[in-house]
Amino acid sequence: MKFTDVYLQTATKILVFLIMTFSIYVLFAGHHNPGGGFIGGLITASALVLLYVAFDLQTVREVIPVDFKKLAAAGVLISVLTGVGSLVLGVPFLSQTFRYFDLPFLGKTELATALIFDLGVYMCVVGTTLTIITSISEDDI
Amino acid sequence: MSSLHLAILLPFVFVVIIPLLYKYTRAIHTGWIALSVPVALFVYFIQYFSIHEAVEPITVSFPWIPSIGIHFSLYLDSLSLLFALLITGIGSLVVLYSIFYLSKDRERLNFFYAYLMLFMGAMLGSVLSDNLMVLYSFWELTSVSSFLLIAYWYQRKRSRYGAQKAMYITMMGGFSMLLGFIILYVISGTFSIREIIAAGDSLTSHSLFIPAMFFILLGAFTKSAQFPFHIWLPDAMEAPTPISAYLHSATMVKAGVYLVARLTPIFGAQLEWSWTIIIVGIITLTMGSFNALKQYDLKALLAFSTISQLGLIMSLLGVGSLALNKGYAEHSLVFVGALVAGIFHLINHSVFKGSLFMMVGILDHETGTRDIRKLGGIIHLMPISFTLTMIGAFSMAGLPPFSGFISKEMFFISLIELTENTSSWAAIIPVIAWIASIFTFIYCMIIIFKSFTGTYHADRLERKPHEAPFGMLASPAILSLLAIALFFFPGLVVTSILEPTVKGMAPQVFAVHPDWHTHVTAWHGFSLELVMTIAIVIIGTFLYRRIEKWKGPVFELLPKRLNLFTLYDKSLITMEKTATSITKSYMTGSTTHYLSYIFGFLIVIVLATLFGTGAFRLDTSQDSPIEWYELMIGIATVIAAVFILFSTSRLMSIMGVGVVGFTVSLYFVIFRAPDLALTQLVVETISTTLFLLCFYFLPKMKANVESIRFKLSNAIIAIGVGLTLTLMGLSAYGYRLFEPIAEYFTNSYELAGAKNIVNSLLVDFRAFDTMLEIVVLFSAGIGIYTFIKLRYAGRNE
Repeated sequence: MKFTDVYLQTATKILVFLIMTFSIYVLFAGHHNPGGGFIGGLITASALVLLYVAFDLQTVREVIPVDFKKLAAAGVLISVLTGVGSLVLGVPFLSQTFRYFDLPFLGKTELATALIFDLGVYMCVVGTTLTIITSISEDDI
Repeated sequence: MSSLHLAILLPFVFVVIIPLLYKYTRAIHTGWIALSVPVALFVYFIQYFSIHEAVEPITVSFPWIPSIGIHFSLYLDSLSLLFALLITGIGSLVVLYSIFYLSKDRERLNFFYAYLMLFMGAMLGSVLSDNLMVLYSFWELTSVSSFLLIAYWYQRKRSRYGAQKAMYITMMGGFSMLLGFIILYVISGTFSIREIIAAGDSLTSHSLFIPAMFFILLGAFTKSAQFPFHIWLPDAMEAPTPISAYLHSATMVKAGVYLVARLTPIFGAQLEWSWTIIIVGIITLTMGSFNALKQYDLKALLAFSTISQLGLIMSLLGVGSLALNKGYAEHSLVFVGALVAGIFHLINHSVFKGSLFMMVGILDHETGTRDIRKLGGIIHLMPISFTLTMIGAFSMAGLPPFSGFISKEMFFISLIELTENTSSWAAIIPVIAWIASIFTFIYCMIIIFKSFTGTYHADRLERKPHEAPFGMLASPAILSLLAIALFFFPGLVVTSILEPTVKGMAPQVFAVHPDWHTHVTAWHGFSLELVMTIAIVIIGTFLYRRIEKWKGPVFELLPKRLNLFTLYDKSLITMEKTATSITKSYMTGSTTHYLSYIFGFLIVIVLATLFGTGAFRLDTSQDSPIEWYELMIGIATVIAAVFILFSTSRLMSIMGVGVVGFTVSLYFVIFRAPDLALTQLVVETISTTLFLLCFYFLPKMKANVESIRFKLSNAIIAIGVGLTLTLMGLSAYGYRLFEPIAEYFTNSYELAGAKNIVNSLLVDFRAFDTMLEIVVLFSAGIGIYTFIKLRYAGRNE
């Protein structure tokens, strides 16, 4: 018999969006306000864990068909590649730079290469955390 | 690279060539290939030799490690030439002999000859090197190749035992010698023996000079099987007989003698040097000859006889070195006679001992035994063998008309003169040596007569004895001829070898007496030493006739426990046991113990440094005032921590850890670190969850909940670590040596376009750390994944 908690599932459906939004905000706000890739990644992971708790592993996996191991690897790769990219341009490894652009809708916006690096951190944290949690919960003793 | 360098390297080339050729030349005995090397080298070295004049010293050098003064430099003078000729000459004869001795089909000849070539090259290198480090390298190589050769029949337990023993003892001496060499280098600034000799008296005043001397002497004594390091030589007799003949009688055991002779110009003027060598040599001489009487195995008997004869040579070199002493300057030419005798006996011993070993090998080969209780009465069956054995043994006993007679006479002359010219208590030395010579005479008679004469017992022998093949007899025959030739024509070696060698050993003496010449003759008139020899023959014959009556009782008188061989075995066992028990006492396998070692060490080291160097300081002037809310959080943290210690349930401990984590994040909040506070909160939540997970899956059986058992030592260590680190933190806070660099990062908006300093540090200024940290995180995740997923992989297969 499958146990279904309607309250929890309904609340989760709303809360996940809120938490995800907050985590994306924390990720992008990191440059000027408290936050960043690490904490952003942890918050995203907690949103997904909430999904896992409210629904079951199988369902969530169908909804989010992501291999978290690969996500973590991709994150590490992105971070390293930002470093390599600076080597290609002839500056020391992992040199970061930033510039201001006038983007449509957003106006004057600062774009920094550090953000790409932080994105790698974010992906690595999300991927690793969920790899650990899903592999422990899948384990049957 | 000179021809001399190439001559030394030739045997090493053949170490590689012989095993390669062995596969394709199974039809012929590998020894014939190997024989070409010593013969070629002998021919090469003999060209420097001329009966009437000394070899002109040759120095050639080839840079090896020039930056620290190590050159592959060679020095060929009369002493080196003598050894080179012995090594290559007897080497040729031994290889020839081994061709007939070792079976082509049953033995692994490629290994045998490769090892032998390795040894020959190493030995040549040792005696020709001028550089101490190169000498040492070759010296160790002789130890290694000797080890390989002793254990040639590695299937036998005794061979392995003998090889190990020889290795331990000679390596120990080798290391000690290396230490001595290094000290010499420190004192003199050069590794070259020539240059150290040239430095002369300026070295002797150095306080490390005498220690260096003893370290080097230890090396020489272990290699030359001097008391009490002789115990490896009898056990090395497990080697094939050609090896015993070559290494353990004629060449390697004389490496120590060579070293003493070579370094006499450096150390000879020291009384410690002379008397140590004399006393050790005389003890070795007596002990060796006495123990030889006890043996029934002919090879063991010869081993003790070798020990004894090496002691004789050593003691002569010791007496000779007194010539260099300033206190005995007026008698210096008298002592020089001992050097002549020592070098002459060295030649003689190589000749007759090589021959004797080969004859014992022949006996073994033809009769199947080396036990003198089984042999006997084969004089008619093996007449040539008897003749050759007799020549060797008579030469060793010091009888005319063999060369041993001359050197034995010279030995007595030297010792009598030692008594006359030094202190009166030295009078005991010739008496001891004379008694030892009686023992020598008796065991020489045993070798000849116990094995060849008497009654023949066909049933005791494994094979029916018959005369050995000509090829086997050729080598000992040549050596026997040499033993006779040296008696009638000692002049063969006098001007070419003896005089220049002795002049090289005591250059300080001959600077005063430039026109000195020695006279080595078989006949020198009636004198005390001749009377001594005649007395030896009479008493020796008398004792030999009655040997069965006194041998048993005399050797039973000696306590068996006071045996160096047993002592060696016992000490090895004791060392192993002690090491095991020490290791077991602290390597308990318990993590608690290891942790207490680590923490205890930390406490001792840090506290000793803090208070020993006066680094401890308590400076509260820069401290901020403590607010009431900080105090509250601090108290909460302490309460939680103490609660963990005394809680009776694991669940409560986990909760306590969680409380500590959250109060720490509160600290981050009030110390204005929002990024840290955020992260700490989330991470603490996750780790508490994981703890709960672990707790849930604890095995039911052992889940009896109990509080932490109290142990005083653990409490002391825990309090100690806490105290130590607190004191360290307080002291470190008191010292602010430099201004912090945080000022620079406050410009992060201009430099990195970021208003969040922490984040700009993490992703911009110090992004490298962050990069590696996410790699760590990733590795941990993959690690957990593999632990869980791959757990049963092994079992399914």
